[in-house]
Amino acid sequence: MAKTIWAVLQHRDGELSRISLETLVAAQQLAQLVEGEVEAVLLGADVAELAQRAAAQMAVSRLWVADHPALATYTPGPYITVLAAAIRDATPAFVLFPHTYQSMDYFPRLAHDVGGALLPTVGAFRLVAGKLVWTRPVLGGKLQADTRVKGDGPVLASIQAGSFALDRLQRGTSPVQPLPVDLGGIPADREVLGVEQAAAEEVDLSKAEVVVAVGRGIGGADKMGVVEELAAALGAEIGASRPVIDNGWLPRDRQIGSSGQTVAPRLYVAVGISGAIQHLVGMKASGVVVAINKDRSAPIFSVADYGIVGDLHEVLPALTAAIREAKGR
Amino acid sequence: MRIAVCIKQVPDTEARLRVSRDGRWIEEQDLPFVINENDEYALEEGISLAEKTGGEVVVFTLGPPRAAEALRKALALGAARAVHLEDSAFLGGDAISDGRALAAAIDREDCRLALTGSQSDDLGWGATGSVVAATLGWPHAWLVMGVELEEGGATCRVVREMESGLNENLRITLPAVLEVQAGINHPRYASLKGIMAAKRKPIDRLKPGDLGLDAQSVGAAGAGVELVSVRFPETAEGAQILDGDPATAARALVEKLQKEARVL
Ligand SMILES: Cc1cc2nc3c(=O)[nH]c(=O)nc-3n(C[C@H](O)[C@H](O)[C@H](O)COP(=O)(O)OP(=O)(O)OC[C@H]3O[C@@H](n4cnc5c(N)ncnc54)[C@H](O)[C@@H]3O)c2cc1C
Ligand SMILES: Nc1ncnc2c1ncn2[C@@H]1O[C@H](COP(=O)(O)O)[C@@H](O)[C@H]1O
Repeated sequence: MAKTIWAVLQHRDGELSRISLETLVAAQQLAQLVEGEVEAVLLGADVAELAQRAAAQMAVSRLWVADHPALATYTPGPYITVLAAAIRDATPAFVLFPHTYQSMDYFPRLAHDVGGALLPTVGAFRLVAGKLVWTRPVLGGKLQADTRVKGDGPVLASIQAGSFALDRLQRGTSPVQPLPVDLGGIPADREVLGVEQAAAEEVDLSKAEVVVAVGRGIGGADKMGVVEELAAALGAEIGASRPVIDNGWLPRDRQIGSSGQTVAPRLYVAVGISGAIQHLVGMKASGVVVAINKDRSAPIFSVADYGIVGDLHEVLPALTAAIREAKGR
Repeated sequence: MRIAVCIKQVPDTEARLRVSRDGRWIEEQDLPFVINENDEYALEEGISLAEKTGGEVVVFTLGPPRAAEALRKALALGAARAVHLEDSAFLGGDAISDGRALAAAIDREDCRLALTGSQSDDLGWGATGSVVAATLGWPHAWLVMGVELEEGGATCRVVREMESGLNENLRITLPAVLEVQAGINHPRYASLKGIMAAKRKPIDRLKPGDLGLDAQSVGAAGAGVELVSVRFPETAEGAQILDGDPATAARALVEKLQKEARVL
């Protein structure tokens, strides 16, 4: 029997998210490796029209749709209940989720509930001696780990943004099939009170032409002078990685990354930033990337165009001076 | 109210890493270890909630003998007691097996709230707290950026981080597991008095049998996934490293940015 691979699709404002389509690409590529077939799963309220539109452009054996008012606002209970029943019923071998905060809020618990193997943040997979090997970042992205699944329960994995190129998506048309929704037995242990902006949005980095982004390597709020000087010389906005914000060295509206702003400047200078994926998703659309870091093996160098390996406290003043000199000419 | 806080001891993020000889993990000898960053925030949240309610914090860790240092530090910061899941059978697990074991330990204490970090800085599953919650049958929330107890601890208000700069406000019924995100508070430093007091505070060491768990259901034996090998990421072909002393490298970079990349 062919193995079934599910791609769980996430949507917002009536559109599938980009990372959901990337997850579908991952499912299609996995299907080629294991000679399986792909099915997609969509959950929501009033999603019939979205489902029809989606089914008209994707090559899957089936698009399962759970359409129910209780699935309008995400809460883990209904999502887990619907998917757990569906997984038990249809026994897919693999269930792939887009690696988003929403998936991460519920799919580990779902994996536990269905007795599956749990693999968050997968960036690649391949066959080694006939066995599937899954690659995911460990140690803050400083290393990549090859991981193997034991046992024979379903494998639940989340797929990192940007890992599977959308131009590889196989398009086609697919039949839509409703997924039963039985929400009995969900404890009433949670009430959603509302959604609000996390930070005052006084700084809009998304339009900045040049960004100097500072990371934990700066070492403290009192050491920010060298960064300010460089930013002034470049006419740049200052952004930061999350730990700089969490430590209170800069205000939260300067944060770049998955829980901060997304930027796409012509020039991005990363200073004392290691290059964790949660940071990279916020800056990967930048034009030219410069990294300054004392650690030659920091993952930021694998996305940079130019790099200087050294102590930022020495490199930045030198760089500021060199820029002033060049601009003075 | 008694609050459980799970802390993991992980390599210092500043440390220089080397792949171990068998290629399966990193060389741990001589590596500095610290409390996982998110867990410091979880611990601070637990201690300040305990102070407000006249309760106490019990800290839990699963790990090798060296992880006792992390527990000792948590005791110095204000935790009342510590529980160490310490047995070679516990090692080499994944989020499912570790979460299950931690849940079994938490279940022996009469806790109303369990706090974990949202992600570990080593294995980074982002999932162990959710598995603790699933095992205990408690509700959970991931990426928690605010906790406020209500109605004498029957419920709590939780702020959960969502994508695109939004936060969700929730009311969750206790007992619950909250998976704390960095930045929720400002962790305190240990005082000398705290460090002295920690020396007299108890650390319970538990084996799988003490938790009613079969050694086959924990650690590597109980895990659904295993690490095969680790490696450093490849440096992109395009990354040109500019060498020399700072002044030389800086001038070379500026020239590249002007003439090659044309962004200056
Ligand atoms: C759900 C979630 C959401 C997140 N959202 C975000 C987000 O939006 N944005 C974000 O940035 N992170 C986010 N993170 C955190 C992310 O995982 C990383 O922890 C973070 O990006 C690391 O920041 P950093 O690179 O500044 O610090 P580190 O990883 O500690 O790196 C510091 C770097 O500085 C270098 N360095 C140190 N001293 C010097 C020196 N003197 N000179 C030169 N280099 C030096 C070091 O070699 C190191 O590479 C999130 C994490 C989670 C779990
Ligand atoms: N071995 C462990 N001992 C104690 N707590 C742990 C352990 N592993 C994970 N945790 C907790 O679970 C959180 C998430 O870890 P992880 O699922 O590995 O990303 C951590 O921040 C800790 O609070």
